[in-house]
Order: sequence, then structure tokens, then C-alpha cells
Amino acid sequence: MFPNTINTYLLISALLFAIGFLGVLVRRNTLVIYMCLELMLVASTLALVAFSRFNGSMDGNVFVFFILTVAAAEVAVGLAIIVALFRKRQTLQVDRLDGLRN
Amino acid sequence: MSSFLSTFFAVFTVGCALGVVLNRNAVNAAMCLLLSLIGVAALFVRLDAYLLAFLLLLVYAGAVVTLFLFIVMLLDVQGLAQPGRRGPGVAGTVIAIALLAGGIATFVLKGRLATPPPGALAAPGASLKLYASELFTVYLLPVQVVGFLLLVAMLGVIVLSKKDSAAGGRDGD
Repeated sequence: MFPNTINTYLLISALLFAIGFLGVLVRRNTLVIYMCLELMLVASTLALVAFSRFNGSMDGNVFVFFILTVAAAEVAVGLAIIVALFRKRQTLQVDRLDGLRN
Repeated sequence: MSSFLSTFFAVFTVGCALGVVLNRNAVNAAMCLLLSLIGVAALFVRLDAYLLAFLLLLVYAGAVVTLFLFIVMLLDVQGLAQPGRRGPGVAGTVIAIALLAGGIATFVLKGRLATPPPGALAAPGASLKLYASELFTVYLLPVQVVGFLLLVAMLGVIVLSKKDSAAGGRDGD
């Protein structure tokens, strides 16, 4: 039912990445778009861990370690930017944040 | 039993990820993200990466999702959702879904990586000692760079929030 091979994990990872990407494309709320970005990041870490496990190598695991750190820093800065943006524009809908259009 | 659990967590993860995208409410989306991360952590355990599963729960579920919930409630986005606004374009959504489905289908049909039978290889991610020896020998410079990155990020957040409150005037806090 669940073949414990690398292909299975890569499929789950690809599905998660696709769902996250879809969310970035179709959602209009900046916060939800940001959550979908995190989902894509986690999908890539799942692929890395699977590659590492099925190649008997440590490199993928260590790389996931760094990805987790960078993601934490990224979320902190990104959410600070979103709060600053909200205070300035009073909205989080991406189609109303069109200051560069004109 | 192990296979059943793996299937369950795989479906659970993908289903909760769909919940993040489909939920109209940002708080519910954050909760779905939390559940999806728990599923990914379970898959990490299945891949014998125990430390990474723990760290994922600690950093993502513990810190990132909490931060998201905090910001959602701080900004109170729900009250600002404008009724009757146009959604994403139908054509755009259809094209996006078709492209993604095509990619996944190609992956399922053509992607066949040769893998060793389970148990043929020792799981390197299971031992804490290997992480330590890798991080402090081969990856020592990246560790220091990441430490510096965290410092810069912290300073950046302080500057961002400070500048905003100075420029934004007296708007409450």
C-alpha cells in the first residue's frame, strides 16, 4: 500500500510543493500566500531527507538543518515586513497593493 | 501496520496542505498548516530522521505557526475582507491546475529512480553524533554564516518595526 521507496516520498513532496505553488497563485491574502511559501519550503526538505535516507548520505540532512534555520529567519523578517505594509496601506490583499503599477 | 501509518500520514499531510489553500479563514489555514507540518514530521520519523522531525515540530509548529497566528490575530484580517471582490481569474486558475497536474502525472508515470531495498543502507540521519561531527567539521563555515544570518535577521526586524512606529505616528502603540 505504501511502498517505502524514494519515489513515494518524492511524489508526496511534489504534491506538497504543487499545492503550495497553487496557493501562491490563487490566493489573494498576503499572509496565506506566505503560509503556502512555507509549505513549499517544507516540501523541498522532505525531498532532501528522502534523498539522504535512500543514498545513505548525511549531506541532505545537514542541508535540511540549514533550511530550517533560514526559514525561521525568513518568517521573522517577512512577517515584520507584512506588519509594516499593513500599517502603511491598511490592507493585505495583493491586488490592492499595486503601488508600482502607476 | 507501519505501512498503514505511513499511508495515513501521507494522505493526512497532503489533505491538510489542501486545507491551507482552500480555507477562506486565515486562522483555519494556519491550523491546517500546523497539522500538515505534523504529518511531514511523521514522515521524517518514517525516514529515520528523528532529530529533524523534532526540529521541524519545534521550529515550524512551535515558532513559525505561532508567529503566523499571532500576526493574523494582531492584524485582524478577517474584518477587512471585502465582499464581492473578484477572485483569481478562472483561466489563470485552470491553467495553473492543468500545469501542476501535468507535472505530477509525468512524475508518476516517468519518474522511476532506482532505490536500494529498505534496510540495505544504514540510516545516517538516525544518529545524533553524525550531525554533530558533520556540523562542526565539514559544515563549520556554513554554521557560522547561518549564525550571522540570524543576527542580521534579528537586527532587520528591530529596524523594520522601529522605523514603522517612528514614521507611522501615534496610531495606538
